[in-house]
Amino acid sequence: MVNPHQDATQEQGTSGIWALLAEIPDPEMPYISIVDLGIVREVRWQPDALNVVLTPTYSGCPARREIEQSVRDALHRNGIQTLCIETRLHPAWTTEWVTALGREKMRAAGIAPPLAVLAEWQTLTFWPSSSDAPRPQCPHCGAAQTRLQNPCSGSRCKALYHCDACRNPFEYFKSF
Amino acid sequence: MNLSASCDTSLSDYLLRLGDNALILSQQLCGWCGHAPTLEEDVALSNIALDLLGQARLWLEYAGASMVPVRDEDDLAYHRDAHQFTHVLLVEQPNGNFADTQVRQFLFDSWHCLLLTELSRSTEPRISAIAIKARKEATYHLQHSSQWIVRLGDGTERSHRYAQRALEQCVDYVGELFAMDAVDHEMVRLGIGADLAALRPQWQAYVEQVLAAGNLVYPASALSVQGGRHGQHSELLVGLLMEMQHLARSYPGAQW
Repeated sequence: MVNPHQDATQEQGTSGIWALLAEIPDPEMPYISIVDLGIVREVRWQPDALNVVLTPTYSGCPARREIEQSVRDALHRNGIQTLCIETRLHPAWTTEWVTALGREKMRAAGIAPPLAVLAEWQTLTFWPSSSDAPRPQCPHCGAAQTRLQNPCSGSRCKALYHCDACRNPFEYFKSF
Repeated sequence: MNLSASCDTSLSDYLLRLGDNALILSQQLCGWCGHAPTLEEDVALSNIALDLLGQARLWLEYAGASMVPVRDEDDLAYHRDAHQFTHVLLVEQPNGNFADTQVRQFLFDSWHCLLLTELSRSTEPRISAIAIKARKEATYHLQHSSQWIVRLGDGTERSHRYAQRALEQCVDYVGELFAMDAVDHEMVRLGIGADLAALRPQWQAYVEQVLAAGNLVYPASALSVQGGRHGQHSELLVGLLMEMQHLARSYPGAQW
């Protein structure tokens, strides 16, 4: 059976789909979308379905099922009935995939965006104290004198820091 | 699949070990939820437990898919008895006091990072995909436990004493981490698994570097207690499984 809506969408190629997906908020950080986070890897029309490839952030991310459901809901609402969501583990998700827009949105929400991923993660590297490790700038005042308070914060992907300059706490999206 | 039947068994055994290590340690760490010394540490331990649970699911899903007949992750987690679990004995050692938990975690994390690095080069693409993902998470776990080792060891007289005593209790279970059996040899031969024995020097060097920063000493051990990977466990596992499996066994098919 041909779905007239689907045909209409199909004509737009996938840019319309990407635009729809870019409206879907991350369940734990609603100010940033799943496209900004780099979770959506690929959108592809197949003869009888739309294929969407998602790469999960952390293996135990509790938001994973909810993200899949919001993708389904958003696309169904826009007339796409036959949808295939593929979970792809490799290549593994990295914060290098967070878009420039995503980083801007984080900063605007008072969260320090992820620093570059260091090659050290692949070897056993010992930082005797957290002050030896690279530190994010304060998203409030821009100062570099910040201190790690807790490696985990409101969600798995963020750490809690304290700014010694403006004396405010802030969250840092950990590089991964 | 063009692998032979015996290789299939070795592969599912191998994956089961990886899954069980992560699952049991995750369940142990969940025991700290609401009880850790500070709120921040409570959140940290629960998040590490969450990562390990996510990894356990990936390994167990794959292990179950390579079994005949096929089993799913929940079936493997909830419907096996103590003697069918194949994790290393280190992870079933009791949470004890906070130093006991952090020392156990530190010895495990440092080994886990090295093991996952090796597995990320596996010729089996699904293993390498899971290992690369898990390796990134394990990096954060190791940073966290390493820093605790230094703080406890170089903290008060009491925290130092507890950390050193925890090391002395855990060290008997280190040998098993690097012991190679028939399954390991088969996996190495096929380019799928890791040569555990070869990881020891690097592990030892890292561990001693961190211990030195915390004024702790790696204890001399005459014992190497083994058997976990072949289903020989302590009574501690029975209580842990009763708690973990109770709901699924008492209310089959329960959903929420």
